[in-house]
This record gives sequence, C-alpha cells and structure tokens, in this order.
Amino acid sequence: MSLLELDQVTKRYGAETLALDSISFSVQPGEFVAIIGPSGAGKSTLLRCINRLIDVTSGDIRFDGVSVPQLRGPALRRHRTQIGMIFQHYNLVNRLSVIENVLHGRLGYKNTLQGILGLYSEEEKREAVRIIETLGLSEQMYKRCDQLSGGQKQRVGIARALVQQPKMLLCDEPIASLDPSSAKVIMDTLQEINRSTGITVLVNLHQVDVALHYAERIIGVNRGRVIYDGPPHALSNAQIYQIYGSEAGELILDLKERYAA
Amino acid sequence: MQPDAFFRRRRLQSALFFIAIVAITYGGMVLTQFDLVQGLGIIPRAFAWGVVNFVPDERAWARLPRILEKLQETVLVAVASSTIASIFGLGLALLGANTTRPHPWFSLPARAIASVFRNIDVSVWALILLFSFGQSGFTGFFALFFVTFGFITRVMVETIDEVGIEPVEALRATGAGYAAIISQSVIPACLPQLISWVLYMIETNIRSATLVGILTGTGIGFLFDLYFKNFSYGSASLVVLTTVAAVLIIEAVSNYIRRTIL
Repeated sequence: MSLLELDQVTKRYGAETLALDSISFSVQPGEFVAIIGPSGAGKSTLLRCINRLIDVTSGDIRFDGVSVPQLRGPALRRHRTQIGMIFQHYNLVNRLSVIENVLHGRLGYKNTLQGILGLYSEEEKREAVRIIETLGLSEQMYKRCDQLSGGQKQRVGIARALVQQPKMLLCDEPIASLDPSSAKVIMDTLQEINRSTGITVLVNLHQVDVALHYAERIIGVNRGRVIYDGPPHALSNAQIYQIYGSEAGELILDLKERYAA
Repeated sequence: MQPDAFFRRRRLQSALFFIAIVAITYGGMVLTQFDLVQGLGIIPRAFAWGVVNFVPDERAWARLPRILEKLQETVLVAVASSTIASIFGLGLALLGANTTRPHPWFSLPARAIASVFRNIDVSVWALILLFSFGQSGFTGFFALFFVTFGFITRVMVETIDEVGIEPVEALRATGAGYAAIISQSVIPACLPQLISWVLYMIETNIRSATLVGILTGTGIGFLFDLYFKNFSYGSASLVVLTTVAAVLIIEAVSNYIRRTIL
C-alpha cells in the first residue's frame, strides 16, 4: 500500500491563479523523491498541501490510509506529527538554544498545558540529545541558534523533524540558502536518514543536478502540472527543458557538460 | 524657460515666503499684546525669583516623609498600570498580528481598538474617567492603563509581524497547538522587545502619573498642587526634585535591565 496518494489535487488562489492543476501521484514507503521545477511552479504549495499548512481547493490526499483534506482539530494535529518538515530558511526560534528548538518537534504530542509550559519527558530529552549527537551538533547543543552557521541551522531543522518520529519528511528547498559544501552535508544526511531508518523523503529542489544525484525518483512540475514522473536516468534533456521552460537554456548546457565529464 | 528667469522666480518665491512669515508673527504679537523686549527682559527676573522661592526650606524638609510616601504610591500605580496593561496589550496584539491572529477578521478591530486607546491622550483619559471614578487612585490608574494598553498593543503587533511567520509555520507543521506555538515560539522571539517596551512605558507613566495626579487629586501630583496653591513654593520644589530623582533612578534601573537581557 502506498504511504501517500494524491488524487487530482487542485489549489486555486482567488479566481485567477491556479497553483496546482489536478496533480496525481503516489509515494511508496521508503522512497526518496525529488520534486523539481522552476520558481512559482507550485512545488512549495504542493508540499504544504500534504501537511495541510495550505488547504486544497479540490481533490484528495491520502496519507497512511487517512484522507487529509477533511481533517480537523486533534486529528489534523495527529496527522502533522507523522510528517516532519524542513524549510529553506530553517524556521528556527533564533533566540532559543539548539536543544529547545529540537524539542519543539515533540509539541505535536502535547496537551495544551504541557505545550504552553514546554514540559518534556526524560525520554524525549534523551532522544533529542541522541539525534543531536547523530547529526554532529553535540558541541552546539546549548548554544543559541543565532550563533550557528547556515548548515548547522539546517541540521537543527532536520533534528527537530526527526524527533517527531515521522513516517515522512517534507523538505522545502532545504539547500537553497546554503553554500555547496554545507548543501552536500545536508543532502547526504537526508539520504542517510532515508536509507538507515526507511523514512520516506519528499524534497523540493531547484538544482537538477542534485536531484539527479540523490533521488530514486523525479517528479517534474511546471505551472502546477506534473510533467515528468519516473527514475532520474530516464529523464531526457528535452524533458528537463519542458519542465523548466525557455528559461533553462544555460542550465541544460551545464548538465550536458556534467554528463560528458 | 531661461535659467535667469527660473532663478529670478525662485528668489521672488523665497522673498514672499519670508515676508509672509514675518507678517504672521508680527500680527500674532499684536493680537496677543506680546512685547518681545519685555518678554526677554523678564527671564533673568524669573530665574532670580525661582532661585529664591524654589529652594526647599526647613518646612519643606519636614514634609519629606509625606512626600516620599506619596511618591512611592505614584510610582507603584505607574508600575502596576504599565505591567497589567502590557499583559492585556500583548493579548490583543496576538489577536491582531498577521502571523498569530486566529482569523483574518480579528486584525482590523484589534488595531482599531489599540488606535483609539493610544491616540486619546493620558490627560484626556483622566478627565473622562473623572466622571466615572471621581478623584480617586482608580482614575489615574485607568488613565495610564488605557494609554499603555493601546501603545503596547500597537508596538507588539509590529514586533510579532517583524519576528516573522517562519517559526510559527514550523511549529504548526509539527502538529503543535495554538497556545503552544504562542508560548514556545512567538513569546520567546519577542520577549526582549516586549520587556524593553514595558520598561519604556513604566518610565513614561511615572512622568505622566505626576500630571494625572494634579488632575485627579491623588498621589504626588496632588501634593504638588496643594503646596503650590498654598504658596509653599519650597515644598512644591521638593516634590519636583524628588520626582526628578525617582525618574532618573527608574531610568537607570531599566537601562541596566535592558543591557542585561538584550
């Protein structure tokens, strides 16, 4: 059974803008999927519809057998706890320490009072420490997040998602604000998590070469429609051109050189 | 147009403008029978009179305990009204800010309420409240409360929106509830600014409280009014001096707190 199923998902902003145009695909447990496409193609909207940060206009999303668009209140919160999200701008509370930010990943499991007071169990704290150590942030554990580098911040973001013990990670342009070497560390980390724990990873990417290198499957999106859905090796330059439209001339040249090398 | 003609017109405009200002000023002086020479001449005499009459005399020093007691009362009212109003102001700001409002409809009413409370001056509030509470400490308390409430709401709406939606979005994605998102992400992110603004309002309110006291017949303002109208200028002066000292001390303390938390 697939973990995630999208069926004719459509999102409209106002009367004019069609962000997602009847998108359908399904994701199996343990897959590493990259969604590629130009800016404004609807990639971010697509991810946010899956954990309902954005409501879909029509169509159905089924996650782990549950229909997502109708979820309300506690059921919606329970749904969100099963999906970790990683953001382009890390979205940390900069004034708080690394471990406090990581523990925020547990808030979905708390009742109102525990949530307000930030009461975490010993076990949760130990788990948070373990994840922080795995991601190589032991020395930063009690530092404030505004003292970290971009790559370190993104690892805190990953730790916060992992401490949720999610079934799936949604990564929205996780390396778009990072330098190449930090970007490699982050992508390697995501791949390692996917391989060792079997957590499904759905990652929005700008960089086609990164997507081709890491993903087992590519979904190409343009103007809210799926243009390509298949393995990376079957993705032709013509199809990349189609996904990115006319703006991709240089990009394609780049890729050709890469393939030649 | 030729450059010459352009600059001639410019000079003419400047000259006319200058003449108009002089005419308005002179007209005003004639209407109010203000004599500039006499006005300036009076300044040294005013100083001399002040030095003679506003030096606290022996009677004034005897009244010091009573003055300090009233000063303490005034400072406490200012602190209490500032802090309590800030709590309510923060609550309304959370409803009004774009990133934390429960529904888009909340934004406009919240901002409108803040605007009304803030734009009515503290002395006007005191006069309005005199009708409801008479000459009691409540009038002053609520006058300061309302202005602080409006001010804190306004600045915190801006602060919350400035801190940004990113951490809020991240916590929503983890499944956290509204109350947890506010207390774990919005409040920690805004706390330094909040404390800084509350301290600022306490400083401002101690100054305002003195004036409000004159209107409402309470606290240190009442004492000043009483002594001044009884021609006990020395005692009135001591009231002013202790108030200035209190304001300076409070400002020093709040600057220290600000440096420590920021």
